[in-house]
Amino acid sequence: MHMADALLSPTVGGVMWAASATGIAYCSKKVKEHLDERAVPLMGVLGAFVFAAQMINFTIPGTGSSGHLGGGMLLAILLGPHAAFLVIASVLVVQALFFADGGLLALGCNIFNLGFFPAFIGYPLIYRKIVTGDVTRAKLVMGSTLAAVASLQLGALGVVIETLASGITELPFSTFVMFMQPIHLAIGLVEGIVTAAVVSFVWEANPDMLGGLQGKAPAGVMPRKAILAALLAVAVITGGVISWYASSHPDGLEWSIAKVSGKEELESPDGIHSQLASLQDKIAFLPDYSFRNTAEAAESLQGDASSRLGTSVSGILGGSVVLCLAFLVGFILKKFAVKNG
Amino acid sequence: MSEIARSLHELNAMDTLAGKDSPVHRIDPRAKVITFVVFAGCVVSFRKYEVSALLPYFLFPAVILPLGRIPMGFLARKVLLVLPIAVLIGIFNPIFDRTVLFSVAGLGVSGGMVSFTSILLRFVLTVVAALMLVAVTGFNGICATLERFGVPRAFSVQLMMLYRYLFVLTAEGVRMSRARELRSVGRAGTGLRDFSALIGHLLLRTWHRAQRIHMAMLSRCFRGEFFLRRPMRLGSADIVFTLAWSSAFIVMRLVNMPQAVGRFLLEVFP
Amino acid sequence: MYPDGTEALSDISIRITHGESVAVVGANGAGKSTLLLHLNGFLKPSSGSVRIGDYPLTKETLQEVRRTVGMIFQDPDDQLFMSTIQEDVAFGPFNLGLPRDEVDQRVADALERMGINHLRDKPPFRLSAGEKRRAAIATVLSMTPDIMVLDEPTTGLDPLGRRQIITILREFTHTKIIATHDLDLVLDLCARTIVLHQGRIWADGQTCDIFRDEALLHECHLEKPLSMQGCPVCSAGTPED
Repeated sequence: MHMADALLSPTVGGVMWAASATGIAYCSKKVKEHLDERAVPLMGVLGAFVFAAQMINFTIPGTGSSGHLGGGMLLAILLGPHAAFLVIASVLVVQALFFADGGLLALGCNIFNLGFFPAFIGYPLIYRKIVTGDVTRAKLVMGSTLAAVASLQLGALGVVIETLASGITELPFSTFVMFMQPIHLAIGLVEGIVTAAVVSFVWEANPDMLGGLQGKAPAGVMPRKAILAALLAVAVITGGVISWYASSHPDGLEWSIAKVSGKEELESPDGIHSQLASLQDKIAFLPDYSFRNTAEAAESLQGDASSRLGTSVSGILGGSVVLCLAFLVGFILKKFAVKNG
Repeated sequence: MSEIARSLHELNAMDTLAGKDSPVHRIDPRAKVITFVVFAGCVVSFRKYEVSALLPYFLFPAVILPLGRIPMGFLARKVLLVLPIAVLIGIFNPIFDRTVLFSVAGLGVSGGMVSFTSILLRFVLTVVAALMLVAVTGFNGICATLERFGVPRAFSVQLMMLYRYLFVLTAEGVRMSRARELRSVGRAGTGLRDFSALIGHLLLRTWHRAQRIHMAMLSRCFRGEFFLRRPMRLGSADIVFTLAWSSAFIVMRLVNMPQAVGRFLLEVFP
Repeated sequence: MYPDGTEALSDISIRITHGESVAVVGANGAGKSTLLLHLNGFLKPSSGSVRIGDYPLTKETLQEVRRTVGMIFQDPDDQLFMSTIQEDVAFGPFNLGLPRDEVDQRVADALERMGINHLRDKPPFRLSAGEKRRAAIATVLSMTPDIMVLDEPTTGLDPLGRRQIITILREFTHTKIIATHDLDLVLDLCARTIVLHQGRIWADGQTCDIFRDEALLHECHLEKPLSMQGCPVCSAGTPED
C-alpha cells in the first residue's frame, strides 16, 4: 500500500526523501554508465505500460474480488535493478501527482518501499539466485513469486515502521504488524503469481526480453555492502526517531493533555525563558522535545478543567468562523472568475 | 464506463485543467512548487492533536481553486476516492486512545477522536494541495522545475517519456480490455490465465513500440544525449506569490488564529 | 534478411535520381517497410550495398546518411516522443550540434511550412491524427534532408487531413520515396512506381502505365485507383457516351 502524507511526520518524510533521492541519483548514474541509449525509450514506455497494466483487472481465484498488477518485480526482471528503480520511482511520481496516491511528502517513503525492495533485494538476492543456469519455467515461476512476496513483505514492514516513527497513529507496533503483514502476504502472493504468469508468457514469446537490457551491465547487482549500509542507515535513523519519540512522551495522558491545552503555556507570562521555550515548541518539526519545561506541563495538567473546556470551545467556535471566512473568500473569487471568464 | 476508461478519463481531465489559462497558471512553476512545499511542510508539522489551527490553511485552496478555474466537484471526487486509506489508519486512534480530553454538551471527546479528526484534516489539505498543484502547473512544468532543482537528467527524461506514452498505452490498454469485455460473459475471461496473456501481449506491443521509437530517435541522429530547453522566467509577481503565501503559512503555523478569534468572540458576546 | 533467416527482400536493384518522386506499392508483407529500413541503415543488406548520393552506406557515413535521408514512420506516436511539438521538432537539429539560434530558426521554419505554428507548445497526445502527421513531417524537415522517405503517410487520416498532407508533399522539391496503399495518392504525387511482390520487384515504371496493367495489379493483390476506375453510376447514367 501507499504511505500517505497525513500519516507522516516531516522528519520521517524528509529522511525517506533523502534516501530515495540518493537512490535515484545513484541509479541514474549507473544507467548512464551501463546501459546503451536503447534503454531511454524502453524505460519510458515500460513505465507507461505499468500504468496501463494496473488499470486492467483480473479475478482473484477463489475470492471473487479483483486485483491488478503492481509491476515492481516485473520491471526489475525486465530491466535490471537500476533502470527498474528509476521506472518505479517515475510511476510513483505520476501516481502521487495525478491520483493523489500517497502524496508528495510520502513520495520518498513510497519510492523506497515499492522501489528499493524489489529492485535491490527481491531481484538480485532472490530471483537471480533461483533463476540461474538453464532457465526453466519452474525456476521462473518460483523465482518471481518468491521475490515478489519477499519484496512486498519488506515494503509493508517499511510502511509500518515509517508510520509509527511519525507518531501520528495510536496503533501499537505489534497490532499494526499483525494487521499489515498477513494482508501483504496475500497481496504479495497474488502479485507473485501474476508476475510469474506474465514472465513465463514473455519467456515463451520472446526470451530475449528477460534481462536483455543487461548485456553491458556487469551483473547489474548493487554491491552487498552498499545494500547493507543503506539498510543499516535507514534502521538507525528510524530506530533513533522512534526511541527519541517514545522517550519524550513517557506518559500518554500527560502528553496528550499538554498538547491540547498547549496554549496556556504561551499565555503564562513566566519571563523570557518560557516564551523562548514555547516558541521553540511551536516551530519544532518534531513536536515537543528537549526544551519542554516539565514543571510547566505539570502545571497545565493540573490547570482546572473549565479553562481546558474554555480553550476547546473557543477553538471550535473560532475554527468554524475561520473556515466560513475561507469558503466565503473562495465563493466570492469564484463569482469574480466566472464574471471575468 | 469501465474502470480503466474512467481512469484514463480522469487523467485526461487533469491534463486539460493544466492546459487552461488563468492568473495562477501563468505563475512560474518553480514559484508554485516552492509554495506548495512550504504549505505541505507547515500542515504536516502540527502536533497530532491539533485541529483548529489547521483550519486557516483551507484559505489556500479556497483562493487558488476559483482563480485557477478548477471545478470543486472534480477535486472532491478525487479526494473521496483516496480517503479510505486515511480512515483505515486513523480509525484506530479513537479505539486505542480513549482519554477524555474535554466534553461538549455532555459528550466526552477523547484524544483519539481529536487526533483522528486531525489526520483527516491533514489528509484532505495535503491531497487537495497536491492535486491543485498539478492542475495549475501541469506535469511538464513540475518536471522542468525538478530539473532546475538538480534532478538527474536520466530521471527527468524518464518522467517525460513516461508521461508522453501514458496516454498512448492506456488507450491501448482500454482497447484491449474492451475487446476482452465484449467477448467475455460475466466473469469469464477475467481469470488469471487470460489476464496474463492480455498483459503479456500488451507488454510485447510496448516492447516493439520502444524499438520503433528508438529507430525514430536514431533516424534523427540521436546519440544518447537529450537536449532539453525550457525557458523559464521568474518575475516579480512570482516572487510575491511565493513570499506572500509562504509567510502566511508560517504565521498560521505560529499563531492559532481560530483560537484567538474564538476567544475574542467569547469575550465580546459572553 | 531478418535475424531468423526469413528472406524479406531479394534481387532488389533500384536507382532513384535526384528530385524524383517514387511510390513503393505492394500488398501487406510484400517488403515495403523492410526496403525503407535499408535506406536509413537500420537493416543491412546481406549482399550488395546501399548508396546514398556519392557514398555507400557504412558505419562511418551512417550519421550523414541519416541527416540526408529524412524518415517519417508510419505511426506519428512513435516519431513524436518529446513533451511538446516544439521540443520534438528541435530534437534533430540539436543532435546535429547546431547552435541554439540556428535550431530556433529551423524549428520556426519547419512549423511554419507545415502550418502548425499554433501547436508549438502542445503535447503530442492533444493533436488530431492529421496534425500529428504534419508535426511528424516537421520533425524531419527541421533537419533539412535531401531525401524524404514516408511510410504510409495517409493511413488513419480523414479526407481533409489526407488532402492537406498530399498538398504539402506536392510542394516539396525533395526526392520523395513513399510506401503506401493509397494508390490515388500515388497518382497525385509520383510519376514513377515500384511494385513489390513477395520480396521482389515485380514492376518498375511510369505510374500510369503500371496502373493500366490490370493483370499485374491483380497478381500483386492491388486494385486500380478509384479515380481511374471510372464512375459506374455516372457511366450507367449516360449510355450514349
